[in-house]
Amino acid sequence: MSDRIYLGLPGLATDVTTLKEVFRYRVNMYTIKEEREIEPETFAHLVSSTLYEKRFGPYFIEPVMAGLEKTPSGAYKPFIAATDLIGCLNFAKDFVVAGTASTKLYGVAEGLWEPDLEPEDLFETCAQTLLNAVDRDAYSGWGAEVHLITKDKVIKRTLKGRMD
Amino acid sequence: MASAEGGAYSYSLTVFSPSGKLVQIEHALAAVSSGTTSLGIKASNGIVIATEKKSSSILIDDSMIDKVSVICPNIGIVYSGMGPDFRVLVAKARKSAQAYWKVYGEYPPTKVLTQEIATIMQQATHSGGVRPYGVSLLVAGWDITRGPCLYQVDPSGSYWAWKASAIGKNMVNAKTFLEKRYNDDISLEDAIHTALLTLKEGFEGHMTEKTIDIGIVTVPSQAELEAGKIEGTGRVKPTFRKLSEEEVRDYLAM
Repeated sequence: MSDRIYLGLPGLATDVTTLKEVFRYRVNMYTIKEEREIEPETFAHLVSSTLYEKRFGPYFIEPVMAGLEKTPSGAYKPFIAATDLIGCLNFAKDFVVAGTASTKLYGVAEGLWEPDLEPEDLFETCAQTLLNAVDRDAYSGWGAEVHLITKDKVIKRTLKGRMD
Repeated sequence: MASAEGGAYSYSLTVFSPSGKLVQIEHALAAVSSGTTSLGIKASNGIVIATEKKSSSILIDDSMIDKVSVICPNIGIVYSGMGPDFRVLVAKARKSAQAYWKVYGEYPPTKVLTQEIATIMQQATHSGGVRPYGVSLLVAGWDITRGPCLYQVDPSGSYWAWKASAIGKNMVNAKTFLEKRYNDDISLEDAIHTALLTLKEGFEGHMTEKTIDIGIVTVPSQAELEAGKIEGTGRVKPTFRKLSEEEVRDYLAM
């Protein structure tokens, strides 16, 4: 969404495309109007209200968001959030999951995650959680993609998984 | 044919006069400059907005008159001109601030709200069947990106950011007074005193806590920002507030 906000949109493929464009539009309008970059928390609220607009005919999407938010002192702090398909926000301190493998993801993440992980350890935790949960889910698979967001760079790694 | 200055062009405000003026807007500005004086001063650590609030009769309960209005926890406005028009704008501005909150989970920055109000006022200059708002506003607020900001909005819908400004009856005098007095690093306390002094210049009658209305913007400290929202209620800490009669009395006594 921006240099420091990433959005995952698991769900119905047509809605993935539509929502991607909707958020691109709304974030661009925000940036122009306010002459500033949108903060992750503000963006999370924008996602929530966008989804709730369609409360009685929702997009079949359960977004997950990750990014770095600016603290009042000017430093960057990790931020994650997720919502359900009608925009109920979940600001988590540890992890957020979504998609067909969400139940399995919860289980594995619960076991592997620990506080204050360093970037490379965080990547390993994330990658292992994904691959193992996905292997237990019939609807997901065919590899994975992990974006590691740090304050000076974003590393994207493509993981190979079972192809069945 | 309509008479006097504007001729036929003075009624339908959506019609330009041959000279390129929209005469109704000029009339609205005239209404503003016959209204009570209001002023705003930006200090290094906050903003003060102040106005006269004189009532025509001693029987009026002046403690119930609001000339400085809170729009949202970080923004307040004051006006010169027509009171009822101001009330309408306050209602619209508050609605707009809440609508912003509903989408973004935070209150609008001063600039965004000012633009919103300016748009409403501009619309009244080219819509059918309406007249322009007979008020000029001073919008004062604080936000994390721009800090304390002071804006003026006119009936035409144009707006400017000021370090210090005055509107209403004595605006010319008040502005020259402010120009002499202003410097970039005055404190909020000094600004409040300067505001009172400037008001006093053109004040008819006695200036008391009952005849002036003051609002201030304070800049939260680093520690307050880190602490975030108010515990329990989950609301943001207000950065704009009106001074109580007691506080105003103390400033007048000093």
